[in-house]
Amino acid sequence: MLVPTDRTKGIVMALISVKNLTRVFDVSKPWLNRVIERRAKAFLTAVSDVDFEVAERSTYALVGESGSGKSTIGRMLVGLLTPSSGKVEINGVNLATEIDANKVDVIRSDIQMIFQDPFASLNPRWRVRDIIVEPVVARGGDATGLAEKLLEQVGLSALDAGKFPHEFSGGQRQRICIARALSSEPKLIVCDEPTSALDVSVQAQVLNLMSDLKDNFGLTYVLISHDLTVVRHMADRIGVLYLGRLVEEASPEDLFTNTKHPYTQMLLKAAPRMDGFGREADLPEGEIPDPINPPPGCAFNPRCPIATDICRQERPVMRQLGDIRVACHFAN
Amino acid sequence: MSDVVLSVRGLSVEIPTRSGIVKPVDGVSYDISAGEILGVVGESGAGKSMAGNAVIGLLNPPAHIAAGEIWLNGSRIDNLRDEAMRRLRGKHIGMVFQDPLTSLNPLLNIGDQLTETMLTHLPISRSEAHQRAVGALEEVGIPGAAERIGSYPHEFSGGMRQRVVIALALCAEPSLIIADEPTTALDVSVQAQIIALLKRLCRDRGTAVMLITHDMGVIAEAADRVAVMYAGRLAELGAVRDVLTQPQHPYTQGLMASTPLASQGKARLHQIEGAMPRLNAVPEGCPFHPRCAYAQDKCRAVPTPQIAGGHAACWFPLIAQKVS
Repeated sequence: MLVPTDRTKGIVMALISVKNLTRVFDVSKPWLNRVIERRAKAFLTAVSDVDFEVAERSTYALVGESGSGKSTIGRMLVGLLTPSSGKVEINGVNLATEIDANKVDVIRSDIQMIFQDPFASLNPRWRVRDIIVEPVVARGGDATGLAEKLLEQVGLSALDAGKFPHEFSGGQRQRICIARALSSEPKLIVCDEPTSALDVSVQAQVLNLMSDLKDNFGLTYVLISHDLTVVRHMADRIGVLYLGRLVEEASPEDLFTNTKHPYTQMLLKAAPRMDGFGREADLPEGEIPDPINPPPGCAFNPRCPIATDICRQERPVMRQLGDIRVACHFAN
Repeated sequence: MSDVVLSVRGLSVEIPTRSGIVKPVDGVSYDISAGEILGVVGESGAGKSMAGNAVIGLLNPPAHIAAGEIWLNGSRIDNLRDEAMRRLRGKHIGMVFQDPLTSLNPLLNIGDQLTETMLTHLPISRSEAHQRAVGALEEVGIPGAAERIGSYPHEFSGGMRQRVVIALALCAEPSLIIADEPTTALDVSVQAQIIALLKRLCRDRGTAVMLITHDMGVIAEAADRVAVMYAGRLAELGAVRDVLTQPQHPYTQGLMASTPLASQGKARLHQIEGAMPRLNAVPEGCPFHPRCAYAQDKCRAVPTPQIAGGHAACWFPLIAQKVS
């Protein structure tokens, strides 16, 4: 199903390969409550049976609304969470099961993450220099002058290395987070909503920086975002998630002009447009259902304008339509 | 449409600090008419929320109104005492804040919150208030309003909670609603529903709305006029289509250009270099001049008048430049 296509532009090796990835969280009440209230255990399936591949030196974006499982996938990619079933392979190594410590070590240093909130992801008691070189120092590497060099590469001054995080604005802090992510010379950076805490003009600065660094360092990005405009600008390939399931995957051009899945169509219609003066949008129906008891069949069926009986009974499989992958019974 | 509900004249807010007085809002003037949505945009720290809070008298001391006048339906409200202001809020001005969970009381069910608000402000009986509460919930699109009126805020989803907050803001039939980032905490599909709801209620009831947001897309779709704020001052004020398609202020132009657009493809985004000045170090002259590509000596020395010429507070508005 996952055929390497010309989108990889000659590079055949997929850096990340995700197969049947599933993550279930136990959200049961404490056992005494369950006994007294006669309730069964409750499980929340945050990610359900997700497959995708990310080519080297490309940007793969995961979009979806809150509760769609995009951050959970990001955390499983970097190894902050272990999959309940299925696997994540990075350069052919499955971090969750690999027993060769050397291999794990090499892969670990190839992966870094940038988080959403630059105010919460920097230690306020550490100087910027210590924050940036930590990924190197923790492995016993030599970090002389590294922080200064990286700070200049992300558009700050070498003199900033001696300052504390509170002396910087949100955009500058996100640059520090990027410098830290770059310090161990990673191949892959997972960016979880890197600009959603930033203002528009600062967002533009950070997105431009990320594009430049990608070219200079040969990086691969997994970009997690809810913002369709950002995703369209940055990504080579976009995966749309709904209630933990991948519903559509396509290039930005296809996704925005040749939209196959009704959920993606709804998202695109609902997104506010800069030229939509006084627009009366076709309003989306309803809200994301309860992930503890997702609807049977296709998770989108209660809100879908074209749903029929088969959608309520049978979960659609991912199908390949040209270069587009879509999980809908009626997409063609 | 022409009757002005809210009129703000030369409003300035000051906060005395150890290192001198800072002005988060500096000489801001605007009007909102009945049935009109005025969008207020700006980046964080531009003073847009502070300008909204000043109107409803919810400035946190030591912040206070230092100059200017606020008129609501023809009477001045910025010099009212706390008690009179409290009666005004809720009855004449409704408020919708960003986070619907913190603006509802978690210990009262939503029916009680709605009836309490109405009983405080309107001369009606408890049973009548209950009737109206159900009606208000139906109007904002909560399914099964009669059954859900006894539910508590935590039993609603984020979008439904924001609908409850809007019902609460509207239940005493105010003439002005101040909505401060009402959809920022919500998902795209729910945001579209809430914006459509605000627009419909505003149109049907002739309520004036001050919609504070950082999202230009939301402004484009919802607002009739837009006020762009920068470092506590109005940079530009005008009809939404004019401001967004033909910005006269270089800041507005930069803001529009730095938003990723479909038409741009993968080209580099336009960058406004630098960041908004800190409030204790707003530069002389035009506050935007250090970041402005068109800045000249006059911009560095002489403060821009409030909205000079067209609709921008700029010595050299962009339209004029194109002509010359």
